[in-house]
Amino acid sequence: MKQLPGLEYIWLKLIEIFEKICSSLGIPYFFVFIIEKIVFGIILLIFICITVLFLIWMERKVSAHMQSRFGPMETGRWHGWAQTIADMIKLLLKEDIIPEKADKWVHRIAPIVIFVPSLMGFLVIPFEKNLIVQDLNLGILIIFAFSGIAVLSIIMGGWASNNKYSLLGGIRSAAQMVSYEIPLVLSILGVIMITGSLKMTDIVNAQSKFWFCFTQPLGFIIYLISATAEVNRTPFDIPEAESELVAGYNTEYSGLKYGFFMLSEFTNMFIVSAVATTVFLGGWMGPILPPIVWFLLKTYLIVFLLMWFRWTFPRLRVDRLMNFGWKYLIPLAFFNIFITGMFILLIH
Amino acid sequence: MDKQELLNNIKAKFPLIEEYRYLEGYVTDETLTLKVPKEILLDLCKELKNNKEFSFDFLMCLSGVDYLDRFEVVYHLYSMGLKHKLVLKVSIDRQNPEVDSVVSVWAGADWHEREVYDMFGVIFKGHPNLKRILLPDDWEGYPLRKDYARAPDQYD
Amino acid sequence: MQERLTSMTNNSEFEEFYLNMGPQHPSTHGVLHLLLKMDGEVVTDVVVDIGYLHRGMEKLAEKRTYQANIALSDRWDYLSSMNNNFAMCLAVEKLMKLQIPKRADYIRVIMAELNRIASHLVLFGTYGLDMGAWTAILYGFRERERIMDLFESVCGARLTYNYFRVGGVSADLPEGFIEKTREFIKYFRKKLKEYDDLLSNNVIFKDRVKNIGIFSKEDAINYSLSGPNLRGSGIKFDIRKNDTYSVYNEFDFDIPVGSNGDAWDRYYVRMREMYESTKIIEQALDKLPAGEICAKVPKVIRPPKGEVYVRTEAPRGELGIYLISDGGTSPYRMKIRGPSFVNLQILQKVLKGWKIADVVAILASIDIVLGEVDR
Repeated sequence: MKQLPGLEYIWLKLIEIFEKICSSLGIPYFFVFIIEKIVFGIILLIFICITVLFLIWMERKVSAHMQSRFGPMETGRWHGWAQTIADMIKLLLKEDIIPEKADKWVHRIAPIVIFVPSLMGFLVIPFEKNLIVQDLNLGILIIFAFSGIAVLSIIMGGWASNNKYSLLGGIRSAAQMVSYEIPLVLSILGVIMITGSLKMTDIVNAQSKFWFCFTQPLGFIIYLISATAEVNRTPFDIPEAESELVAGYNTEYSGLKYGFFMLSEFTNMFIVSAVATTVFLGGWMGPILPPIVWFLLKTYLIVFLLMWFRWTFPRLRVDRLMNFGWKYLIPLAFFNIFITGMFILLIH
Repeated sequence: MDKQELLNNIKAKFPLIEEYRYLEGYVTDETLTLKVPKEILLDLCKELKNNKEFSFDFLMCLSGVDYLDRFEVVYHLYSMGLKHKLVLKVSIDRQNPEVDSVVSVWAGADWHEREVYDMFGVIFKGHPNLKRILLPDDWEGYPLRKDYARAPDQYD
Repeated sequence: MQERLTSMTNNSEFEEFYLNMGPQHPSTHGVLHLLLKMDGEVVTDVVVDIGYLHRGMEKLAEKRTYQANIALSDRWDYLSSMNNNFAMCLAVEKLMKLQIPKRADYIRVIMAELNRIASHLVLFGTYGLDMGAWTAILYGFRERERIMDLFESVCGARLTYNYFRVGGVSADLPEGFIEKTREFIKYFRKKLKEYDDLLSNNVIFKDRVKNIGIFSKEDAINYSLSGPNLRGSGIKFDIRKNDTYSVYNEFDFDIPVGSNGDAWDRYYVRMREMYESTKIIEQALDKLPAGEICAKVPKVIRPPKGEVYVRTEAPRGELGIYLISDGGTSPYRMKIRGPSFVNLQILQKVLKGWKIADVVAILASIDIVLGEVDR
């Protein structure tokens, strides 16, 4: 069924008008291009901020209802929607404490290093067919490349705090993230083999008949598990294992720096779900509603799934986690690629 | 094994032991209570645990009591297999309180003995780690002794 | 502690470091201090340091009357106060050779078993929480709220009840108590099945907890373990059946036993025990006779001269009281054999060689309450 026109219609119209004005003023196309992208970037930043605010509230509500309690109810009158805003203001007003023997500059830079790569991942998320910052040829690879930098920041956070508990948390987390990046990338390889291109829009267009979650079920499951591990959520939240190491690598952070760590966790969760939607669930495609609505619906469904995992499962031990990643997920991912390869060979 | 049989069997091996004599009208439960001289305590305990007809393998409780002229260490024993109980009482001189440790026989006696040391000052010879357990390490005095000096409270 | 520390440092050839777990820590179940000597993630030695909650209960007992001691006994194992009261009253009654009315006995058993369920629910909740399953504690405490509502209707308190008296109980069951309890039991049995599916049989939980911290049978008896710790190692011994007291011999219930002696067995024994407790409560409610709730005792309780050792099955193990009376209004000596105090000793032997995540798993499976450890 034909989809209603989405936001891209408005955006393209605005660009048309802007380009007409600029060409009549004689400004070269180069500057117009840059200004368009900057404006898109700013709108995207605002979108990210609102999304994260909403996601934190959603997590608190979802967890509360799963635990037969209510969650935030007071701030903002209606079910506490303003709770996150209140928390952000509180974090802004807190004193910034750096431990005396800590490495000051590393301590200050770590929150920035964890937040910027997640932001960069938004470069290639296809909200709609023409609503993507820049449809790079390397599309999906860029996202995984940037998520690898986040490991660095966790080690920085653990080391710079001059605290045994934080150090243990940092080391564990580095081991975990590095181990689970491999099955993450491998699980997508099957889809890329079928599509033949790394471009995000190509991947979504290739799902016009069947979504890839039906033709690549094993890849989908491996992706979900590895994504949970990459974002450091239960059952893989060893770095923040509260009951053992107090708070792991972010024990010594307070105020806005702590806010940045939390912000980046939720941003990563959103990116990982957005990639799952694009690669496996058909991106913006769907019957009647505008494409942006479908994209957001599917992304939030995966986010809800990740939250559901957190509040149901206990936590894996570090060595069992590594065991699972290396001995089970990676061979399964290779098996998936092998089967996909066989199928492609047989069909063509 | 019933009370008299148990007494006879133990007396046969350790003639120095006798049944604890209570005063007239003293209420007790039906468990056999033995008065043990402290020299033969460790041998008696080893025998009680390892001998199949006694098999007292479970140490229920180990406590110290301060009777004003002496200390007493009381051992309550139980047998998982034969389901009988026994109480041993060892009398210790108040001026020089020392007795053998039974940690080598029942490992569960470890912290009980540390607590008796902590509260009464009884030294257990052969204990691997005789330190204060409940009170801070630098506490002076032994609280559960009857002559422990402290400021009077509303109950005095 | 100083000598122990130096002996540890003298033997280190590798990069070993000391980790202080506690006294303030989310997982030590109270103020317990574990000094762990670690080699990377593996624990090589441990010093268990207790005494942070020592309140001098045994010395306090020597100055207070027996009735005040019952109120004090609530605070030993504050999660199962009814059982502490039970042991205290049994000791005094044995000395005075009192005959308690049947109704009082049945009410005591109902209260003790309800408290056993409440106490095991705390283990269920906190064990799930320690392993990372955040929802378990909320479900456990939701059921606990219903039990505490029942207790509040009987004696007015939610945690430290002071309900038992020498010779019986202090107040009769209010109206509607029996119906509400039956309702609670029906609701709770359904919930137990749900908890089995959610936590006990969860693959990740089993992976964390199975084959961890195995206590062999010989070790268990040698270290005087009792309660679910002993039964988890395969020894079928329960004081309610094997050394029975009060009216427990009139009820029909099973003793769940574990097979391996690992942490999962100890946890699962407690889950099964909750089910058995519901059976006991049901039978007690069915057979509840009418009658008095307290025997005739003088206003000032003076037991005759004597001594007695009484053991009861508290949720954590064998709660024993060695009571020596000299004929006065207060005890001459009251020794409290707290089960958690004795159970905790095995930690010094068992922890070596496990990783730090397992330290939490093993410690939580012993199920200690610091009130009992330190008294």
